[in-house]
Amino acid sequence: MTDTLIEGLYREGAPIRDTKAPPGDITKKWETRKFEAALVNPANRRKLTVIIVGTGLAGASAAATLGEQGYNVKSFCYQDSPRRAHSIAAQGGINAAKNYKGDGDSVFRLFYDTVKGGDYRSRESNVYRLAEVSANIIDQCVAQGVPFAREYGGLLDNRSFGGVQVSRTFYARGQTGQQLLLGAYQALERQVAAGTVQMFARHEMLELIVADGRARGIVARDLVTGEIEVHLADAVVLASGGYGNVFFLSTNAMGSNVTATWRAHRKGAYFGNPCFTQIHPTCIPVTGTHQSKLTLMSESLRNDGRIWVPKRREDCDKDPREIPDEDRDYYLERIYPAFGNLVPRDIASRQAKNVCDEGRGVGPMVGDFRRGVYLDFADAIARLGEDAVRAKYGNLFDMYQQITGENPYEVPMRIYPAVHYTMGGLWVDYDLESTIPGLFVAGEANFSDHGANRLGASALMQGLADGYFVLPNTIRDYLAKGPYPKLDDNDPAVVEARQEVESRVNRLLSINGERSVDSFHRELGNIMWEYCGMERTEEGLRKGIDLIRALRDEFWRNVRVLGSADTLNQSLEKAGRVADFLELGELMCIDALHRRESCGGHFRAESQTEDGEALRHDDEFAYVAAWEWGGEGQPPILHKEPLVYENIELKQRSYK
Amino acid sequence: MKVTVRIWRQDGPQAEGALKDYELDDISEDMSFLEMLDVLNERLIARGEEPVAFDSDCREGICGMCGLMINGEAHGPVRTTTCQLHMRSFADGDVITVEPWRADPFPVIKDLVVDRSAFDRIIQAGGFISVNTGAAPEAHSTPVPKENADRAFMAAECIGCGACVAACPNASAMLFMGAKVTHLGELPQGQPERDARVVSMVAQHDAEGFGGCTNLGECSRACPKGIPLNVISQMNADLRRAKRHGK
Repeated sequence: MTDTLIEGLYREGAPIRDTKAPPGDITKKWETRKFEAALVNPANRRKLTVIIVGTGLAGASAAATLGEQGYNVKSFCYQDSPRRAHSIAAQGGINAAKNYKGDGDSVFRLFYDTVKGGDYRSRESNVYRLAEVSANIIDQCVAQGVPFAREYGGLLDNRSFGGVQVSRTFYARGQTGQQLLLGAYQALERQVAAGTVQMFARHEMLELIVADGRARGIVARDLVTGEIEVHLADAVVLASGGYGNVFFLSTNAMGSNVTATWRAHRKGAYFGNPCFTQIHPTCIPVTGTHQSKLTLMSESLRNDGRIWVPKRREDCDKDPREIPDEDRDYYLERIYPAFGNLVPRDIASRQAKNVCDEGRGVGPMVGDFRRGVYLDFADAIARLGEDAVRAKYGNLFDMYQQITGENPYEVPMRIYPAVHYTMGGLWVDYDLESTIPGLFVAGEANFSDHGANRLGASALMQGLADGYFVLPNTIRDYLAKGPYPKLDDNDPAVVEARQEVESRVNRLLSINGERSVDSFHRELGNIMWEYCGMERTEEGLRKGIDLIRALRDEFWRNVRVLGSADTLNQSLEKAGRVADFLELGELMCIDALHRRESCGGHFRAESQTEDGEALRHDDEFAYVAAWEWGGEGQPPILHKEPLVYENIELKQRSYK
Repeated sequence: MKVTVRIWRQDGPQAEGALKDYELDDISEDMSFLEMLDVLNERLIARGEEPVAFDSDCREGICGMCGLMINGEAHGPVRTTTCQLHMRSFADGDVITVEPWRADPFPVIKDLVVDRSAFDRIIQAGGFISVNTGAAPEAHSTPVPKENADRAFMAAECIGCGACVAACPNASAMLFMGAKVTHLGELPQGQPERDARVVSMVAQHDAEGFGGCTNLGECSRACPKGIPLNVISQMNADLRRAKRHGK
């Protein structure tokens, strides 16, 4: 590590040279790895304990699969049931390279689209494997009884999605995430009944236990009794989702948080590309300051809806139905004739921001702007009929009407971008193992597959790929290399972790300041949206860092958490999560500041082409930024993992 | 708008509970019901009173975590989840009574939060298709008629919120259970375990202390996903079928 403080903010450590992917032909890597990964004798599996934190698609599928294989699994979720994990809210669909439409799809094309869609900031080997196992996921889910949409012949239906030109997305109306999660949940409950999985609902992981350099367990709080519990294991899997709630307003669930991964980061797990966040273009616009969350409307709506704003500012407060076609600007179709309304999410979001910044937004004034654009189904209804549109999107239209009080069959929807997904996450190698041996990370919680931007219908694919097919094959190699020495509750590493949790809980309860947890969270969210949101600048990010530091300082002096530690205490739960967001937010800004290029969801105003498109700098930034925790009050340490493209040629993305 | 919320406060599972009134005078019609409770909680914290505990997570009507009895109706006056209910459904000056789900198998944990783990145990009893990861045949090897796939999907929309139980005078969970039996029973993949599934789930349902169905239909009327009453008929038919088969 260099001693020099770079930009006054961070230090640089040794680059990461080995990601543990087998060398050679990309089409053979996964087969090779599966063969070379050591096996665990079935009789020995029940003696090995694996902790899995999170029961979304990645966590539930991993827990079910490892349970089926005979391991002793302990599964944790903060919700009252594993079925409520936020994967349930994914709407649009799941990609798979089945080529059922015969439209030229293949594993290689899915791989290519995902790397390109990620703006060439993801790792080839992992993405190829994702594309490879995608078809197995569909088989597995159909066998579990997931009721995907079907055609009249009884075969599975597909639709197209943003950023691609083939139809490879499988779906269950607008509730694909729900149906896939219930499939994984049922598989998980089957293992609970079989006794291989022990379920800990309403439990939150608050610390990782690292002994002799290996992840050996967690400290969790029983959210009902408040008891602090130690759970030991031979390996730990974090499948705890993304950190979009650092923005306060996002499409995430109220409880979605970074605590599990951030605690692991503080114990030595590198954090990959924290600034890569996805702003989703089709969400219901903000209406006021009371708002607690933003609701996404599936991107699949862009298949049939046309996005526009008035050409003239003075038309912005008119009834949209009275604005004739020639006075409308279908700006995505105009700027990107080849992809039109189906450009990737980052582009669709930024263009929406641009037209609103020009003063051509629609809907109510929020601050100085109207922050909304129309998503219009009039043409689709004329072409297909209202019934056909209802069959495809009925639940989404209902949801929109419920929230806004407007009928989208008659009046165009209004949409605006909102924080939706975080591509960044804990750094993992080809085995999905973090820099702490024995700590594996799956799904949105890791950084691995989506680069700087995730394509639609790829999150469900990645979560299930990791949980059903990747992790069970790689974690066995780690477990087979054991057994690791037995640990008990009196081990110094365990005692220390437990004490850290207890003292933190007590500290939060004893500050008794003036401000609620939510007021800090909201303020942090505003800082992040303003300075680390859709468009980032050097100056803004520096300001953001200063503001976050000051806010964090105030939080630990002035937060008010009422109640006690030994009961259900929702303010206490939130306080712990917001405390971690206050640290993460700073790292996101530092990461965004150091990456002086635009790529995917990370748009640096200083780095754009003449016509305002994102401009990458492959010569300088074709790497994963893996950040090491530098210690309390110390600057973080950057490790670069160079990205080598052997199968795909790096190009500036073009969707024109 | 101005409303009075009359809320069930209960410190813990064993504690006595009581309704308590709170006045709110600046509620916007665009707020969701839970955002109104957020506003109340911020006020309570400012006054040094413990905020009201209630469950919610996705706040977009799909996770099933939220659920309140509002003026005696599960999820309130509109057929939707509590998180999707908006204050525009109420009138200025209303007194709104807010209670937790009322059913013995859903004991109160604190204030408006209840324990619904009985639902998970009903699923554990057989609400799945037994197929290990990696053992699945190619997805197109078994076509499913669209009609069956659509009905399976309709039943699979259940979000497990528990409104059906809360609305039922007998605290029956048969709509919840019937939805799962129908979902899996409509599909060819669900046939091998069809008899065993329904027998085992019904036994667990009864063991949890849920009551029997007396065909009142309150469950379906309260269901935010509109699961129809005929999933219970389906379950009964499947149960008779299983008995005929000697299960």
